[in-house]
Amino acid sequence: MQADASVKQAPKQSFKDRFFGRKTMNKVWFFLFLIPVMVPYLLMVIIPFVLGAYYSFTDWRGGIGDTNWIGLANYRDLLSNYRFIYSFIRTGIYAFFNVVVINFVAFSLALLVTRKLKLTNIYRAGFFMPNLIGGLIIGFLWRYIFNYVLGTVGFGIFSASPLDNNLAMMSLVIVVTWQYAGYIMMIYVAALQNIPEDLVEASQIDGANALQRLRNIVLPLVAPAFTVSMFLTLVTAFKQFDTVFSLTSAGPVVILPDYLRDFLNVEASLPRVRLTGLLAYNIYDVGFTNRNFAFAQAQAVTFFVLLAVLSLGQVYFNKKREVEM
Amino acid sequence: MEGLKKVGRKIFDYLRNLNPYEILAFTLLLLFIFPFYIVVVNAAKPNVDVIEDPLSLPRNLTVFFNNLRTIFTDSRLNYPRALFNSTVITTLSLLLIGLTSAMAAWVLVRTKTRFSFTIFLFIIAGLVIPFQIVMLPLVELLTALGRITGFQWSDTHHAVIIAYIGFGAPLSVFLFHGFIKSIPMDVEEAAIIDGCSRPQVFFRVVLPILKPIFVTLLVLNGMWIWNDFLLPLLVIGRGGETTTIPLAYANFVGAFTPNRNLQLTALVLSAIPVIILFLFAQRYIIKGMTSGAIK
Repeated sequence: MQADASVKQAPKQSFKDRFFGRKTMNKVWFFLFLIPVMVPYLLMVIIPFVLGAYYSFTDWRGGIGDTNWIGLANYRDLLSNYRFIYSFIRTGIYAFFNVVVINFVAFSLALLVTRKLKLTNIYRAGFFMPNLIGGLIIGFLWRYIFNYVLGTVGFGIFSASPLDNNLAMMSLVIVVTWQYAGYIMMIYVAALQNIPEDLVEASQIDGANALQRLRNIVLPLVAPAFTVSMFLTLVTAFKQFDTVFSLTSAGPVVILPDYLRDFLNVEASLPRVRLTGLLAYNIYDVGFTNRNFAFAQAQAVTFFVLLAVLSLGQVYFNKKREVEM
Repeated sequence: MEGLKKVGRKIFDYLRNLNPYEILAFTLLLLFIFPFYIVVVNAAKPNVDVIEDPLSLPRNLTVFFNNLRTIFTDSRLNYPRALFNSTVITTLSLLLIGLTSAMAAWVLVRTKTRFSFTIFLFIIAGLVIPFQIVMLPLVELLTALGRITGFQWSDTHHAVIIAYIGFGAPLSVFLFHGFIKSIPMDVEEAAIIDGCSRPQVFFRVVLPILKPIFVTLLVLNGMWIWNDFLLPLLVIGRGGETTTIPLAYANFVGAFTPNRNLQLTALVLSAIPVIILFLFAQRYIIKGMTSGAIK
């Protein structure tokens, strides 16, 4: 195969051939240039990935090797594990609110900062700034604000910290929106600035009002940016770990809702689950806190398949959009 | 009195003529900055004031410097060491990811065989691998590597840096690959006529052309590596020798709960390096982060 291809290329590469000598020399350079990136990639990503996928079919308890193949047993356990199912549902809910709220806030901010304002650049930088700080630090920052500041500023309803009750998930959405909206805003700003000026002027001459202009000109032209941002926020929502770790530590702990208990036939008398125990955190927790390694790997493989489907969906939608335009 | 009235009238007119959207944007800006204000202000107070009156301005700035000194000398946080580790790990990782990915992307673009294309797909397939599936086996693998090679891998700079090269490779090779495809062959052929060897062509001719995409990747990978928490948590571990800033901070907050003012001082110190960098390279950072997302 390879030989065929390089023979076809031969006339084009006449210069190279003359100066590099034989084709084998090209091959040597090809591999020498690949090795520096391939060794770390194989060692740190591919080998652990293959091992990880394999271990999900075993009773792995840590250490390399020394495992027994148990087939799909871990995956069967997943389907009846109420902690995992609940975590899956909570992640879905979180992802939905995360995508809607972030994109709404980000697009509104983008519309605002693309108007001719005096301090436009300062606004953009200011809204973008929270994105510079890592999710872990941001979680700790807001934990302080939720726990100790809100109560003293006169928000009577926050005399108890919102992180300790049903508001925990919404608090998480607010924090991540604060962190991420400025970033998504910049994507919308880039798209809004690409709208041709004359199109907007023509619509003004035709007497379209601001709302009509937004619906018939701005939104269709910004649609590709919407696709990009939707998937970006969706994938980051599923991968959310750092901020959960520092803001809520997956808490608060609650009793599994009755409808799920009946639906899953849970036998435990007080099945406890965590309100913000999202998938990525749950995998970490099962692996490192419970030391249930093989089961954590089965969850991780499921998680991987889910993310792979989302990413392929993104590629598919982007390609489709390209054809349309 | 007349003068004062005039000034007042002027301010009033200015505000009245201001675009209402300007006022809205400014209010939102204040809202966005409010958390930063809270942190900075309370980092400069004694602990009693932080609990009783978090909103007021600090009364005495020397408290801030006292807090700073406590943080710098506190052995549980060990800020100087964490800053050093984070700097070494981020800088070396960034340079090595950029260099190795550019080298690989270049030979992959310029060798038009099916094998080369397969390797390319194999590398960018890494884009969809989440860290969660890799993390537990990786920890075991590093311990095993320590046994096999005879020197330590867990909790070392080289293990973290090699891991970042591996995880950074897919996106970096992908972006370099796309960029190199658009560079005409003529330039490289001209260099060959002038007698350059293959590595010389890459380092003297191609690498300088890659500067814009190199900067984009510095920003994208830099923000990720500097702020990353999960990988250091696993490869370095809590309380490890090569602890990074996020790891050290998580450890510190866990161990040091009663002194909120010191927690906030440490938070300011953890966030400040990136903020300072942003003030100087704002244009590059915003452009780098957003253009990377769209591609």
